[in-house]
Amino acid sequence: MKGHFQIKQMDINKLTEMARTIRRDVIEMTTAAGSGHPGGSLSAVDVVTVLYFKVMRHNPKDPGWVDRDRFVLSKGHAAPALYSALARSGYFPPEQLLTLRKMGSPLQGHPEMKRLQGIEASTGSLGQGLSIAAGMALAGKLDKKDYRVYVMIGDGESEEGQIWEAAMSSAYYKLDNLTAIMDYNSQQLDGWIKDIMDIEPVVDKWKGFGWHVIEIDGHNFHQIIKAIDEAMVTQGRPTMIIAKTVKGKGVSFMENNVEFHGMAPTREQMEVALKELVNVL
Amino acid sequence: MSCKRIYGMATRDAYGKTLVELGKENPDIVALDADLSKSTKSAFFAKEFKDRFFNMGIAEANMVSTAAGLAACGKVPFASSFASFLMCKAFDQLRMSVANPHLNVKVVGSHGGISIGEDGASQMAVEDVALACSLPGFVVLVPADEVATKALVRLAAQHVGPVYIRTGRPKAPIVYQAGAHFEIGKANILREGIDITVIANGLLIQEAIEAACICSEKGIDVRVIDMHTVKPVDVNVIVQSAQTTGAIVTAEEHLLSGGLGAAVSQIVAEHYPVPMEFIGLRDTYAESGTYEGLFRKYGLTAGHIVGKIEEALKRK
Repeated sequence: MKGHFQIKQMDINKLTEMARTIRRDVIEMTTAAGSGHPGGSLSAVDVVTVLYFKVMRHNPKDPGWVDRDRFVLSKGHAAPALYSALARSGYFPPEQLLTLRKMGSPLQGHPEMKRLQGIEASTGSLGQGLSIAAGMALAGKLDKKDYRVYVMIGDGESEEGQIWEAAMSSAYYKLDNLTAIMDYNSQQLDGWIKDIMDIEPVVDKWKGFGWHVIEIDGHNFHQIIKAIDEAMVTQGRPTMIIAKTVKGKGVSFMENNVEFHGMAPTREQMEVALKELVNVL
Repeated sequence: MSCKRIYGMATRDAYGKTLVELGKENPDIVALDADLSKSTKSAFFAKEFKDRFFNMGIAEANMVSTAAGLAACGKVPFASSFASFLMCKAFDQLRMSVANPHLNVKVVGSHGGISIGEDGASQMAVEDVALACSLPGFVVLVPADEVATKALVRLAAQHVGPVYIRTGRPKAPIVYQAGAHFEIGKANILREGIDITVIANGLLIQEAIEAACICSEKGIDVRVIDMHTVKPVDVNVIVQSAQTTGAIVTAEEHLLSGGLGAAVSQIVAEHYPVPMEFIGLRDTYAESGTYEGLFRKYGLTAGHIVGKIEEALKRK
């Protein structure tokens, strides 16, 4: 299969560095806000980094560019990762990141498209982003445009019925310009997914709904890029990339710790985390 | 407009026909339905513009969010289903996918009210207007007849932002002459009167006109207003009616919670309190039956309006 992207070690190093920067931002932002969802933001960082700094055709100077690729963060609680990626791309000054969740800030607790340029949909009420992305992909088909639409859904979010409505319609309308990524960190607010409402066998489910399905390690840049590449050349059906990830990835005391699904680090925890994010990875 | 009832086409039919006209004029108009296109009449559009029509199957939530995605890319989507399923099943999608980002999505609920008759309460939307009005930035339209529907659907397409349009199942009595003037947010005064004002919309307009005719024989001069836009409601005409006629009756095919009566009474209470009476469903669902039979049983006829007019006049 012919891929679109050359993967050089230099690129991987740059992505690694950017992902680390975004993780540091996530920690600093949520600590400054005193609330937020660091766990599910950290698990999403590597995929988001590849999208904004390797894959997507976008222009921070022209956020409304009609031919841009679109990214919808359906699991809206991972907003800090998205805000950081936007700021580091040049959509707004990184200093603004520390206004997260503060009165008057465009950086709402969950993304709102009318408040911040670069945000493609208002999400946070789980289950809706895949349908919105499907609508964008449908518009692309109607207009015969070659932009691509990416959407990240959560594993816990996959318990929402609307996800499966959209799974059905996206395959029915052959939206091969739509690529979904599931951030499979295996935990939701109340605990491990398998103990709350198991979504397995999730690969069989998506295949059964008519999607092309790729399973990857969601923290491996080579695998993320190759999977997106494969999605780009897959014709006649949408692609679901099941990205196995670790909740809280990159910070030892946050990894697989469900407490940090919806709790911000303390100042002391932030200091420890930032040290780890310099040395680890 | 006539004291004698003359039926025209159903407002849902007028919607379907108008959507086809709009589709010819604007290539960005697309339509979606949730397996009820033959009933909502979006099927007219589907027949004409096969590539711009998306049947989403029986999945209203996905339909509304998909429409939002289409609107975010510059399309003007009209998403239709029965008003009950569209507003109740996809309410959160209307809230977060459409209203929050103020996207240019047109939502059309057919089979509004209890006049759908025999299918019974599960199919009857009696809360759709309240739900639509609760969404910030939404325009909410309830056309009375085919002329009103044609005009208001056109205005909805021109308006940039989310719109809810309620249409009905049965043939609607003709209220307007072809070419009548409409503006979103500006009520139409159908009959001048000095003793009391009846503010209605949808099928209750004809009932209100007939009520005015009955009152006229009793020497009561009734002003009749078509509040086709429930949101933004026409504040000026309400305040002016309160000032000049001193009493108001509202009439709607909807629960009394959160609909036309609630909207009008808020304005009256705020600006110029006068006695008010309300016609509508009182904390109940309806049932299977004929349109006319249900209107009699649930208190929505011209006769019921006359009764409320007399009660309000006693309190003047």
